[in-house]
Amino acid sequence: MLRVQNVGVRFGGIIALDDVTFDVPTGKIVGLIGPNGAGKTTLFNCLSRLYECGSGDILFNGESLLRIPRHRVAAVGIGRTFQNLALFRTMTVLDNVMVGSHSRTGTGFFLNALRLPVVGREEQMTHEKAMLLIRFLDLESVAQARVADLPFGQQKRVELARALASEPKLLLLDEPASGLNHEEVGTLGKVIREIRDRLKLTVLLVEHHMSLVMSISDRVVALNFGRKIAEGTPAEVQQHPELIQAYLGGGA
Amino acid sequence: MNKRVLAGYTVLLLIACALPFVVSEYRTFQFTLVLIYSIALLGLNILTGFNGQISLGHGAFYAIGAYCAAILMDKAGIPYWATIPAAGAVCLVAGFLFGLPALRLEGLYLALATFALGVSLPQLLKYHHLEEWTGGVQGIVITKPDAPEFLTGLGVALNQDQWLYFFTLAVTIVMFLLAWNLLRGRIGRAMMAIRDNHVAAEAMGVDNSMVKSLTFGVSAMFTGIAGALGAIAVQFVAPDSFNIFLSITFLIGIVIGGLSSISGALYGALFIQFVPNIADEISKAAPWAIFGLFLLGFIYLMPMGVAGAIRMGLARLTRKVHNKQAEKP
Repeated sequence: MLRVQNVGVRFGGIIALDDVTFDVPTGKIVGLIGPNGAGKTTLFNCLSRLYECGSGDILFNGESLLRIPRHRVAAVGIGRTFQNLALFRTMTVLDNVMVGSHSRTGTGFFLNALRLPVVGREEQMTHEKAMLLIRFLDLESVAQARVADLPFGQQKRVELARALASEPKLLLLDEPASGLNHEEVGTLGKVIREIRDRLKLTVLLVEHHMSLVMSISDRVVALNFGRKIAEGTPAEVQQHPELIQAYLGGGA
Repeated sequence: MNKRVLAGYTVLLLIACALPFVVSEYRTFQFTLVLIYSIALLGLNILTGFNGQISLGHGAFYAIGAYCAAILMDKAGIPYWATIPAAGAVCLVAGFLFGLPALRLEGLYLALATFALGVSLPQLLKYHHLEEWTGGVQGIVITKPDAPEFLTGLGVALNQDQWLYFFTLAVTIVMFLLAWNLLRGRIGRAMMAIRDNHVAAEAMGVDNSMVKSLTFGVSAMFTGIAGALGAIAVQFVAPDSFNIFLSITFLIGIVIGGLSSISGALYGALFIQFVPNIADEISKAAPWAIFGLFLLGFIYLMPMGVAGAIRMGLARLTRKVHNKQAEKP
Protein backbone atom coordinates (compact mmCIF):
# COMPACT_ATOMS: atom_id res chain seq x y z
CA MET A 1 0.00 0.00 0.00
CA LEU A 2 2.71 2.45 1.00
CA ARG A 3 6.27 2.29 -0.28
CA VAL A 4 8.95 4.56 1.11
CA GLN A 5 11.80 4.51 -1.40
CA ASN A 6 15.29 5.80 -0.67
CA VAL A 7 13.91 8.87 1.09
CA GLY A 8 16.42 11.47 2.23
CA VAL A 9 15.81 14.78 4.02
CA ARG A 10 18.39 17.37 5.13
CA PHE A 11 17.88 20.48 7.20
CA GLY A 12 20.88 22.62 6.39
CA GLY A 13 23.87 20.43 7.18
CA ILE A 14 21.92 17.99 9.33
CA ILE A 15 20.84 14.76 7.72
CA ALA A 16 17.44 13.92 9.20
CA LEU A 17 16.68 10.96 6.97
CA ASP A 18 19.22 9.06 4.95
CA ASP A 19 18.16 6.65 2.21
CA VAL A 20 15.27 5.08 4.12
CA THR A 21 13.34 2.33 2.36
CA PHE A 22 10.47 0.17 3.61
CA ASP A 23 6.99 -1.03 2.73
CA VAL A 24 3.71 -0.87 4.59
CA PRO A 25 1.61 -3.83 3.38
CA THR A 26 -2.17 -3.50 3.09
CA GLY A 27 -4.12 -4.40 6.21
CA LYS A 28 -1.08 -4.55 8.49
CA ILE A 29 -0.03 -2.50 11.49
CA VAL A 30 3.53 -1.31 11.06
CA GLY A 31 5.39 0.23 13.98
CA LEU A 32 8.13 2.77 13.42
CA ILE A 33 10.52 2.97 16.35
CA GLY A 34 13.80 4.56 17.27
CA PRO A 35 15.34 6.81 19.89
CA ASN A 36 14.60 10.55 20.06
CA GLY A 37 15.84 12.39 17.00
CA ALA A 38 15.97 9.22 14.91
CA GLY A 39 13.84 10.82 12.18
CA LYS A 40 10.48 9.20 12.83
CA THR A 41 8.43 12.36 12.92
CA THR A 42 10.38 13.78 9.99
CA LEU A 43 9.34 10.76 7.97
CA PHE A 44 5.73 11.26 9.06
CA ASN A 45 5.80 14.86 8.00
CA CYS A 46 7.13 13.80 4.60
CA LEU A 47 4.20 11.41 4.28
CA SER A 48 1.67 14.15 4.98
CA ARG A 49 3.68 16.55 2.80
CA LEU A 50 4.57 18.99 5.56
CA TYR A 51 8.23 18.55 4.62
CA GLU A 52 9.72 18.16 1.17
CA CYS A 53 11.78 15.05 0.56
CA GLY A 54 15.22 15.96 -0.74
CA SER A 55 15.61 12.64 -2.53
CA GLY A 56 13.77 9.40 -3.06
CA ASP A 57 10.05 8.85 -3.54
CA ILE A 58 6.96 7.89 -1.57
CA LEU A 59 4.43 5.75 -3.40
CA PHE A 60 0.86 5.29 -2.20
CA ASN A 61 -0.92 2.54 -4.13
CA GLY A 62 1.66 3.02 -6.87
CA GLU A 63 1.15 6.77 -7.15
CA SER A 64 3.82 9.23 -6.06
CA LEU A 65 2.70 11.34 -3.11
CA LEU A 66 5.31 13.97 -3.84
CA ARG A 67 3.35 15.36 -6.74
CA ILE A 68 0.08 16.06 -4.93
CA PRO A 69 -0.53 19.21 -2.89
CA ARG A 70 -0.75 19.01 0.89
CA HIS A 71 -4.49 19.43 1.17
CA ARG A 72 -5.10 16.53 -1.24
CA VAL A 73 -3.33 13.96 0.94
CA ALA A 74 -6.51 13.33 2.94
CA ALA A 75 -8.58 12.87 -0.21
CA VAL A 76 -6.11 10.28 -1.53
CA GLY A 77 -6.78 8.23 1.59
CA ILE A 78 -4.19 9.11 4.22
CA GLY A 79 -5.39 10.28 7.63
CA ARG A 80 -3.16 11.26 10.51
CA THR A 81 -2.94 12.30 14.14
CA PHE A 82 -0.28 14.58 15.57
CA GLN A 83 2.37 14.04 18.21
CA ASN A 84 1.43 17.07 20.33
CA LEU A 85 -2.28 17.27 19.54
CA ALA A 86 -3.36 19.59 16.75
CA LEU A 87 -7.05 19.96 17.47
CA PHE A 88 -9.33 22.89 16.69
CA ARG A 89 -9.37 23.94 20.30
CA THR A 90 -12.25 26.41 20.41
CA MET A 91 -14.59 24.12 18.47
CA THR A 92 -16.75 21.34 19.89
CA VAL A 93 -15.82 17.67 19.72
CA LEU A 94 -18.57 17.14 17.16
CA ASP A 95 -17.36 20.00 14.97
CA ASN A 96 -13.79 18.74 15.16
CA VAL A 97 -14.85 15.32 13.93
CA MET A 98 -17.06 16.88 11.25
CA VAL A 99 -14.09 18.85 9.90
CA GLY A 100 -12.48 15.44 9.46
CA SER A 101 -15.04 14.74 6.72
CA HIS A 102 -14.00 17.81 4.75
CA SER A 103 -12.18 15.83 2.09
CA ARG A 104 -15.17 13.49 1.65
CA THR A 105 -17.67 16.30 1.04
CA GLY A 106 -17.82 18.89 -1.66
CA THR A 107 -20.25 21.79 -1.30
CA GLY A 108 -18.60 25.19 -1.59
CA PHE A 109 -19.19 28.79 -0.55
CA PHE A 110 -22.05 29.49 -2.92
CA LEU A 111 -24.14 26.39 -2.17
CA ASN A 112 -23.54 26.77 1.57
CA ALA A 113 -24.53 30.43 1.68
CA LEU A 114 -27.83 29.60 -0.01
CA ARG A 115 -28.22 26.38 2.00
CA LEU A 116 -29.62 24.49 -0.98
CA PRO A 117 -31.12 21.04 -0.26
CA VAL A 118 -27.92 19.28 -1.33
CA VAL A 119 -26.11 21.04 1.53
CA GLY A 120 -28.69 19.89 4.06
CA ARG A 121 -28.34 16.27 2.93
CA GLU A 122 -24.56 16.44 3.04
CA GLU A 123 -24.62 17.98 6.52
CA GLN A 124 -26.90 15.25 7.78
CA MET A 125 -24.62 12.52 6.44
CA THR A 126 -21.53 14.19 7.88
CA HIS A 127 -23.29 14.55 11.22
CA GLU A 128 -24.40 10.92 11.33
CA LYS A 129 -20.94 9.65 10.45
CA ALA A 130 -19.34 11.87 13.08
CA MET A 131 -21.76 10.65 15.76
CA LEU A 132 -20.97 7.05 14.83
CA LEU A 133 -17.26 7.64 15.37
CA ILE A 134 -17.90 9.62 18.55
CA ARG A 135 -19.84 6.69 19.95
CA PHE A 136 -17.17 4.24 18.79
CA LEU A 137 -14.51 6.17 20.70
CA ASP A 138 -16.71 6.66 23.75
CA LEU A 139 -16.97 10.45 23.47
CA GLU A 140 -20.74 10.75 23.35
CA SER A 141 -21.06 12.49 26.72
CA VAL A 142 -18.72 15.30 25.61
CA ALA A 143 -19.82 15.64 21.98
CA GLN A 144 -20.97 19.24 22.50
CA ALA A 145 -18.07 20.26 24.77
CA ARG A 146 -15.27 22.53 23.67
CA VAL A 147 -12.18 20.45 22.95
CA ALA A 148 -9.92 22.73 25.00
CA ASP A 149 -11.95 21.92 28.13
CA LEU A 150 -11.34 18.16 27.91
CA PRO A 151 -8.66 16.09 29.64
CA PHE A 152 -5.69 15.00 27.55
CA GLY A 153 -6.76 11.40 27.08
CA GLN A 154 -10.12 12.42 25.63
CA GLN A 155 -8.47 14.97 23.36
CA LYS A 156 -6.31 12.19 21.94
CA ARG A 157 -9.43 10.18 21.17
CA VAL A 158 -11.01 13.20 19.47
CA GLU A 159 -7.98 13.36 17.19
CA LEU A 160 -8.39 9.71 16.36
CA ALA A 161 -12.09 10.18 15.58
CA ARG A 162 -11.29 13.19 13.41
CA ALA A 163 -8.67 11.23 11.47
CA LEU A 164 -11.11 8.35 10.94
CA ALA A 165 -13.81 10.71 9.67
CA SER A 166 -11.76 11.25 6.52
CA GLU A 167 -12.28 7.54 5.75
CA PRO A 168 -8.57 6.85 5.31
CA LYS A 169 -7.11 3.70 3.80
CA LEU A 170 -3.86 4.37 5.62
CA LEU A 171 -3.84 5.82 9.13
CA LEU A 172 -0.71 7.52 10.42
CA LEU A 173 -0.51 7.68 14.21
CA ASP A 174 2.22 9.87 15.66
CA GLU A 175 2.91 8.72 19.23
CA PRO A 176 -0.70 7.94 20.14
CA ALA A 177 0.33 6.68 23.59
CA SER A 178 2.37 9.68 24.71
CA GLY A 179 0.91 11.31 27.79
CA LEU A 180 -1.53 8.47 28.46
CA ASN A 181 -1.56 6.48 31.70
CA HIS A 182 -0.98 2.75 31.89
CA GLU A 183 -4.64 1.82 31.67
CA GLU A 184 -5.32 4.16 28.74
CA VAL A 185 -2.39 2.67 26.81
CA GLY A 186 -3.92 -0.77 27.21
CA THR A 187 -7.27 0.42 25.81
CA LEU A 188 -5.50 2.25 22.99
CA GLY A 189 -3.84 -0.97 21.83
CA LYS A 190 -7.25 -2.64 21.64
CA VAL A 191 -8.79 0.33 19.84
CA ILE A 192 -6.04 0.42 17.19
CA ARG A 193 -6.44 -3.26 16.48
CA GLU A 194 -10.20 -2.92 16.36
CA ILE A 195 -9.87 -0.06 13.89
CA ARG A 196 -7.68 -2.17 11.64
CA ASP A 197 -10.00 -5.17 11.80
CA ARG A 198 -13.37 -3.46 11.64
CA LEU A 199 -12.61 -0.62 9.28
CA LYS A 200 -10.09 -2.60 7.18
CA LEU A 201 -7.38 -0.02 7.59
CA THR A 202 -3.64 -0.09 7.30
CA VAL A 203 -1.84 1.58 10.17
CA LEU A 204 1.61 3.11 10.40
CA LEU A 205 2.45 4.07 13.93
CA VAL A 206 5.33 5.97 15.48
CA GLU A 207 5.68 5.08 19.13
CA HIS A 208 8.10 5.19 22.02
CA HIS A 209 6.03 2.89 24.14
CA MET A 210 7.82 -0.37 23.35
CA SER A 211 5.36 -2.82 24.85
CA LEU A 212 2.51 -1.23 22.88
CA VAL A 213 4.41 -1.32 19.59
CA MET A 214 5.64 -4.85 20.08
CA SER A 215 2.22 -6.16 21.10
CA ILE A 216 0.13 -4.75 18.27
CA SER A 217 2.50 -4.41 15.28
CA ASP A 218 2.69 -6.98 12.53
CA ARG A 219 5.98 -5.50 11.40
CA VAL A 220 8.43 -3.09 12.99
CA VAL A 221 10.87 -0.71 11.32
CA ALA A 222 13.63 0.75 13.48
CA LEU A 223 15.42 4.00 12.70
CA ASN A 224 18.46 5.59 14.25
CA PHE A 225 20.24 8.79 13.18
CA GLY A 226 18.03 8.93 10.10
CA ARG A 227 18.95 5.44 8.86
CA LYS A 228 16.97 2.25 8.93
CA ILE A 229 18.78 -0.16 11.22
CA ALA A 230 16.33 -3.03 11.44
CA GLU A 231 13.09 -4.33 9.96
CA GLY A 232 11.00 -7.43 10.59
CA THR A 233 8.48 -8.96 12.96
CA PRO A 234 8.54 -7.61 16.53
CA ALA A 235 10.36 -10.71 17.72
CA GLU A 236 13.05 -10.42 15.05
CA VAL A 237 13.61 -6.72 15.59
CA GLN A 238 13.87 -7.10 19.35
CA GLN A 239 16.82 -9.44 18.87
CA HIS A 240 18.61 -7.10 16.48
CA PRO A 241 22.00 -6.13 17.93
CA GLU A 242 22.03 -2.61 16.44
CA LEU A 243 18.65 -1.84 17.99
CA ILE A 244 19.70 -3.09 21.38
CA GLN A 245 22.75 -0.90 21.11
CA ALA A 246 20.73 2.13 20.02
CA TYR A 247 18.44 1.84 22.99
CA LEU A 248 20.72 0.60 25.70
CA GLY A 249 23.86 2.26 24.47
CA GLY A 250 27.02 0.22 24.35
CA GLY A 251 30.74 0.46 24.24
CA ALA A 252 32.09 1.55 20.86
CA MET B 1 -36.31 25.62 22.66
CA ASN B 2 -36.51 26.08 18.90
CA LYS B 3 -39.97 27.56 19.19
CA ARG B 4 -38.77 30.02 21.79
CA VAL B 5 -35.91 31.15 19.56
CA LEU B 6 -38.28 31.62 16.64
CA ALA B 7 -40.63 33.64 18.86
CA GLY B 8 -37.68 35.77 19.93
CA TYR B 9 -36.76 36.56 16.34
CA THR B 10 -40.37 37.39 15.49
CA VAL B 11 -40.58 39.87 18.36
CA LEU B 12 -37.28 41.40 17.28
CA LEU B 13 -38.55 41.76 13.72
CA LEU B 14 -41.80 43.36 14.90
CA ILE B 15 -39.87 45.88 17.01
CA ALA B 16 -37.59 46.61 14.06
CA CYS B 17 -40.64 47.21 11.83
CA ALA B 18 -42.40 49.43 14.37
CA LEU B 19 -39.33 51.53 15.08
CA PRO B 20 -39.53 54.09 12.23
CA PHE B 21 -43.16 54.89 13.14
CA VAL B 22 -42.32 55.62 16.78
CA VAL B 23 -39.08 57.57 16.63
CA SER B 24 -38.20 60.79 14.82
CA GLU B 25 -36.95 60.96 11.25
CA TYR B 26 -33.44 61.67 12.44
CA ARG B 27 -33.48 58.65 14.76
CA THR B 28 -34.81 56.53 11.90
CA PHE B 29 -31.83 57.64 9.87
CA GLN B 30 -29.53 56.72 12.75
CA PHE B 31 -31.04 53.24 13.02
CA THR B 32 -30.61 52.84 9.27
CA LEU B 33 -26.92 53.50 9.83
CA VAL B 34 -26.87 50.92 12.64
CA LEU B 35 -28.20 48.30 10.22
CA ILE B 36 -25.64 49.33 7.62
CA TYR B 37 -22.76 49.13 10.09
CA SER B 38 -23.97 45.75 11.28
CA ILE B 39 -23.54 44.38 7.73
CA ALA B 40 -20.05 45.88 7.54
CA LEU B 41 -19.12 44.45 10.94
CA LEU B 42 -20.52 41.06 10.01
CA GLY B 43 -18.22 41.10 6.99
CA LEU B 44 -15.18 41.94 9.08
CA ASN B 45 -16.16 39.38 11.71
CA ILE B 46 -16.33 36.61 9.10
CA LEU B 47 -12.72 37.41 8.22
CA THR B 48 -11.22 38.23 11.62
CA GLY B 49 -13.46 36.45 14.10
CA PHE B 50 -14.21 33.27 12.20
CA ASN B 51 -11.17 32.90 9.95
CA GLY B 52 -8.51 34.58 12.10
CA GLN B 53 -7.27 37.03 9.46
CA ILE B 54 -6.99 40.49 10.97
CA SER B 55 -7.88 43.51 8.85
CA LEU B 56 -7.09 47.11 9.72
CA GLY B 57 -8.26 48.30 6.33
CA HIS B 58 -11.86 47.27 5.88
CA GLY B 59 -12.84 50.89 5.52
CA ALA B 60 -11.32 50.60 2.04
CA PHE B 61 -13.89 48.00 0.99
CA TYR B 62 -16.65 50.11 2.52
CA ALA B 63 -15.36 53.01 0.42
CA ILE B 64 -15.19 50.93 -2.76
CA GLY B 65 -18.77 49.82 -2.22
CA ALA B 66 -19.89 53.38 -1.56
CA TYR B 67 -18.16 54.75 -4.65
CA CYS B 68 -19.55 51.91 -6.79
CA ALA B 69 -23.08 52.87 -5.79
CA ALA B 70 -22.47 56.61 -6.19
CA ILE B 71 -20.77 56.35 -9.60
CA LEU B 72 -23.36 53.92 -10.96
CA MET B 73 -26.23 56.17 -9.85
CA ASP B 74 -24.59 59.45 -10.81
CA LYS B 75 -22.86 58.55 -14.09
CA ALA B 76 -24.87 55.61 -15.41
CA GLY B 77 -28.28 56.44 -13.99
CA ILE B 78 -28.70 52.96 -12.57
CA PRO B 79 -31.47 52.67 -9.95
CA TYR B 80 -30.24 52.64 -6.35
CA TRP B 81 -31.36 49.10 -5.56
CA ALA B 82 -29.41 47.66 -8.48
CA THR B 83 -26.18 49.22 -7.24
CA ILE B 84 -26.20 46.98 -4.15
CA PRO B 85 -25.42 43.68 -5.90
CA ALA B 86 -23.03 45.49 -8.24
CA ALA B 87 -21.07 46.93 -5.31
CA GLY B 88 -21.08 43.50 -3.69
CA ALA B 89 -19.68 41.85 -6.82
CA VAL B 90 -16.94 44.46 -7.25
CA CYS B 91 -15.86 44.10 -3.62
CA LEU B 92 -15.99 40.31 -3.79
CA VAL B 93 -13.46 40.40 -6.61
CA ALA B 94 -11.38 43.16 -4.98
CA GLY B 95 -11.29 41.31 -1.67
CA PHE B 96 -10.38 38.00 -3.30
CA LEU B 97 -7.55 39.64 -5.23
CA PHE B 98 -6.25 41.36 -2.10
CA GLY B 99 -6.60 38.09 -0.20
CA LEU B 100 -4.27 36.21 -2.56
CA PRO B 101 -1.03 38.07 -1.71
CA ALA B 102 -2.25 38.39 1.90
CA LEU B 103 -2.01 34.58 2.16
CA ARG B 104 1.70 34.91 2.79
CA LEU B 105 1.12 37.21 5.76
CA GLU B 106 -0.06 36.39 9.23
CA GLY B 107 -0.99 38.21 12.39
CA LEU B 108 0.57 41.64 12.76
CA TYR B 109 2.06 41.55 9.27
CA LEU B 110 -1.37 41.09 7.76
CA ALA B 111 -2.60 43.90 10.00
CA LEU B 112 0.08 46.18 8.52
CA ALA B 113 -0.71 45.17 4.94
CA THR B 114 -4.40 45.87 5.40
CA PHE B 115 -3.55 49.11 7.19
CA ALA B 116 -1.61 50.13 4.09
CA LEU B 117 -4.71 49.48 2.00
CA GLY B 118 -6.98 51.43 4.33
CA VAL B 119 -4.67 54.39 4.62
CA SER B 120 -3.90 54.72 0.91
CA LEU B 121 -7.35 54.30 -0.64
CA PRO B 122 -8.82 57.71 0.35
CA GLN B 123 -5.88 59.42 -1.35
CA LEU B 124 -6.18 57.27 -4.46
CA LEU B 125 -9.80 58.39 -4.69
CA LYS B 126 -8.55 61.97 -4.98
CA TYR B 127 -6.22 61.08 -7.87
CA HIS B 128 -6.92 63.66 -10.55
CA HIS B 129 -7.08 61.24 -13.50
CA LEU B 130 -9.96 59.53 -11.72
CA GLU B 131 -11.63 62.82 -10.92
CA GLU B 132 -14.03 62.52 -13.82
CA TRP B 133 -15.50 59.46 -12.10
CA THR B 134 -14.92 60.06 -8.41
CA GLY B 135 -15.49 63.81 -8.30
CA GLY B 136 -12.09 64.22 -6.65
CA VAL B 137 -12.01 65.98 -3.31
CA GLN B 138 -15.59 67.22 -3.85
CA GLY B 139 -16.97 63.70 -3.94
CA ILE B 140 -20.36 62.83 -5.43
CA VAL B 141 -23.79 63.96 -4.27
CA ILE B 142 -26.63 61.50 -4.85
CA THR B 143 -30.35 61.86 -4.31
CA LYS B 144 -32.24 59.95 -1.70
CA PRO B 145 -34.68 57.43 -3.19
CA ASP B 146 -38.43 57.81 -2.68
CA ALA B 147 -40.62 54.95 -1.57
CA PRO B 148 -41.75 52.95 -4.61
CA GLU B 149 -45.09 53.96 -6.09
CA PHE B 150 -46.84 50.64 -5.58
CA LEU B 151 -46.58 51.16 -1.82
CA THR B 152 -48.36 54.51 -2.06
CA GLY B 153 -50.91 52.76 -4.27
CA LEU B 154 -51.45 50.27 -1.45
CA GLY B 155 -52.12 53.14 0.88
CA VAL B 156 -48.82 52.88 2.75
CA ALA B 157 -47.29 56.34 2.92
CA LEU B 158 -43.62 56.20 3.83
CA ASN B 159 -41.28 59.16 3.81
CA GLN B 160 -37.80 58.80 2.34
CA ASP B 161 -36.12 57.98 5.64
CA GLN B 162 -38.68 55.38 6.54
CA TRP B 163 -38.48 53.74 3.12
CA LEU B 164 -34.69 53.64 3.21
CA TYR B 165 -34.86 52.10 6.68
CA PHE B 166 -37.09 49.28 5.46
CA PHE B 167 -35.02 48.76 2.33
CA THR B 168 -31.88 48.51 4.49
CA LEU B 169 -33.64 46.22 6.94
CA ALA B 170 -34.53 43.83 4.11
CA VAL B 171 -30.94 43.78 2.81
CA THR B 172 -29.65 43.29 6.36
CA ILE B 173 -31.89 40.29 6.94
CA VAL B 174 -30.77 38.70 3.67
CA MET B 175 -27.09 39.28 4.49
CA PHE B 176 -27.41 37.85 8.00
CA LEU B 177 -29.19 34.78 6.66
CA LEU B 178 -26.46 34.23 4.08
CA ALA B 179 -23.76 34.59 6.75
CA TRP B 180 -25.57 32.27 9.14
CA ASN B 181 -25.92 29.60 6.42
CA LEU B 182 -22.31 29.94 5.39
CA LEU B 183 -20.88 29.79 8.90
CA ARG B 184 -22.84 26.88 10.32
CA GLY B 185 -21.91 24.40 7.58
CA ARG B 186 -18.93 22.77 5.95
CA ILE B 187 -17.30 26.02 4.84
CA GLY B 188 -17.79 27.75 8.19
CA ARG B 189 -16.19 24.83 9.98
CA ALA B 190 -13.27 24.94 7.55
CA MET B 191 -12.82 28.69 8.23
CA MET B 192 -12.71 28.15 11.97
CA ALA B 193 -10.47 25.11 11.62
CA ILE B 194 -7.93 27.25 9.76
CA ARG B 195 -8.15 29.86 12.51
CA ASP B 196 -7.59 27.30 15.28
CA ASN B 197 -4.88 25.19 13.63
CA HIS B 198 -3.99 25.68 10.00
CA VAL B 199 -1.64 22.69 9.79
CA ALA B 200 -4.32 20.31 11.01
CA ALA B 201 -6.94 21.94 8.78
CA GLU B 202 -4.82 21.21 5.74
CA ALA B 203 -4.20 17.64 6.89
CA MET B 204 -8.01 17.22 7.00
CA GLY B 205 -8.18 18.24 3.37
CA VAL B 206 -9.05 21.92 3.69
CA ASP B 207 -7.57 23.93 0.83
CA ASN B 208 -6.32 26.71 3.10
CA SER B 209 -5.30 29.14 0.37
CA MET B 210 -8.61 28.88 -1.45
CA VAL B 211 -10.76 29.12 1.67
CA LYS B 212 -8.78 32.06 3.04
CA SER B 213 -8.83 34.14 -0.12
CA LEU B 214 -12.50 33.38 -0.78
CA THR B 215 -13.27 34.33 2.83
CA PHE B 216 -11.47 37.61 2.21
CA GLY B 217 -13.65 38.11 -0.86
CA VAL B 218 -16.90 37.31 0.96
CA SER B 219 -15.91 39.56 3.85
CA ALA B 220 -15.16 42.44 1.48
CA MET B 221 -18.45 41.80 -0.30
CA PHE B 222 -20.43 42.22 2.94
CA THR B 223 -18.56 45.39 3.85
CA GLY B 224 -18.89 46.72 0.29
CA ILE B 225 -22.64 46.19 0.28
CA ALA B 226 -22.77 48.10 3.55
CA GLY B 227 -20.74 50.86 1.89
CA ALA B 228 -23.21 51.10 -1.00
CA LEU B 229 -26.15 51.33 1.41
CA GLY B 230 -24.21 53.91 3.42
CA ALA B 231 -23.67 56.09 0.36
CA ILE B 232 -27.39 56.00 -0.46
CA ALA B 233 -28.35 56.79 3.14
CA VAL B 234 -25.90 59.66 3.56
CA GLN B 235 -26.53 60.87 -0.04
CA PHE B 236 -22.89 61.76 -0.41
CA VAL B 237 -19.50 60.17 -0.87
CA ALA B 238 -16.16 61.91 -0.42
CA PRO B 239 -12.66 60.50 0.14
CA ASP B 240 -12.34 61.89 3.64
CA SER B 241 -15.41 60.05 4.94
CA PHE B 242 -13.45 56.82 4.52
CA ASN B 243 -10.25 57.57 6.38
CA ILE B 244 -8.33 55.00 8.40
CA PHE B 245 -10.37 55.84 11.45
CA LEU B 246 -13.36 54.12 9.84
CA SER B 247 -11.38 50.88 9.56
CA ILE B 248 -10.34 51.07 13.18
CA THR B 249 -13.93 51.80 14.22
CA PHE B 250 -15.00 48.58 12.47
CA LEU B 251 -12.39 46.63 14.40
CA ILE B 252 -13.62 48.21 17.65
CA GLY B 253 -17.15 47.25 16.66
CA ILE B 254 -16.46 43.54 16.21
CA VAL B 255 -14.42 43.26 19.42
CA ILE B 256 -17.04 45.09 21.50
CA GLY B 257 -19.91 43.19 19.84
CA GLY B 258 -18.20 39.83 20.19
CA LEU B 259 -15.62 38.12 17.99
CA SER B 260 -16.88 35.13 16.04
CA SER B 261 -20.48 35.91 16.86
CA ILE B 262 -23.07 36.71 14.24
CA SER B 263 -25.35 38.69 16.56
CA GLY B 264 -22.27 40.51 17.87
CA ALA B 265 -22.24 42.51 14.64
CA LEU B 266 -25.51 44.16 15.64
CA TYR B 267 -24.34 45.04 19.17
CA GLY B 268 -21.08 46.38 17.79
CA ALA B 269 -23.01 48.51 15.30
CA LEU B 270 -25.14 50.00 18.08
CA PHE B 271 -21.94 50.81 19.95
CA ILE B 272 -20.10 52.53 17.12
CA GLN B 273 -23.22 54.47 16.10
CA PHE B 274 -24.43 55.71 19.47
CA VAL B 275 -21.53 55.74 21.93
CA PRO B 276 -19.64 58.55 20.14
CA ASN B 277 -22.85 60.62 20.25
CA ILE B 278 -23.36 59.93 23.93
CA ALA B 279 -19.73 60.79 24.63
CA ASP B 280 -20.21 64.04 22.72
CA GLU B 281 -23.24 64.93 24.84
CA ILE B 282 -21.38 64.22 28.07
CA SER B 283 -18.38 66.35 27.25
CA LYS B 284 -18.03 68.67 24.29
CA ALA B 285 -14.43 69.36 25.27
CA ALA B 286 -13.09 65.82 25.39
CA PRO B 287 -15.58 63.43 23.74
CA TRP B 288 -12.81 60.97 22.83
CA ALA B 289 -11.70 60.69 26.42
CA ILE B 290 -15.27 59.76 27.35
CA PHE B 291 -15.40 57.36 24.41
CA GLY B 292 -12.18 55.80 25.69
CA LEU B 293 -13.74 55.32 29.12
CA PHE B 294 -16.74 53.59 27.56
CA LEU B 295 -14.39 51.37 25.59
CA LEU B 296 -12.41 50.39 28.67
CA GLY B 297 -15.60 49.77 30.61
CA PHE B 298 -16.98 47.47 27.94
CA ILE B 299 -13.85 45.38 27.55
CA TYR B 300 -13.43 45.16 31.31
CA LEU B 301 -17.03 44.13 32.02
CA MET B 302 -17.55 42.02 28.91
CA PRO B 303 -14.27 40.44 27.89
CA MET B 304 -16.08 38.19 25.39
CA GLY B 305 -17.96 41.09 23.86
CA VAL B 306 -21.62 41.94 24.32
CA ALA B 307 -22.67 38.73 22.56
CA GLY B 308 -20.51 36.66 24.89
CA ALA B 309 -21.94 38.39 27.96
CA ILE B 310 -25.51 37.82 26.77
CA ARG B 311 -24.76 34.16 26.04
CA MET B 312 -23.35 33.69 29.52
CA GLY B 313 -26.24 35.56 31.13
CA LEU B 314 -28.78 33.39 29.30
CA ALA B 315 -26.94 30.21 30.26
CA ARG B 316 -26.98 31.25 33.92
CA LEU B 317 -30.67 32.12 33.71
CA THR B 318 -31.71 28.79 32.17
CA ARG B 319 -29.61 26.96 34.77
CA LYS B 320 -31.44 28.82 37.52
CA VAL B 321 -34.84 27.99 36.05
CA HIS B 322 -33.68 24.41 35.67
CA ASN B 323 -32.60 24.21 39.30
CA LYS B 324 -35.88 25.70 40.49
CA GLN B 325 -37.84 23.13 38.51
CA ALA B 326 -35.68 20.38 39.92
CA GLU B 327 -36.36 21.58 43.47
CA LYS B 328 -40.12 21.23 43.08
CA PRO B 329 -41.33 17.85 44.31
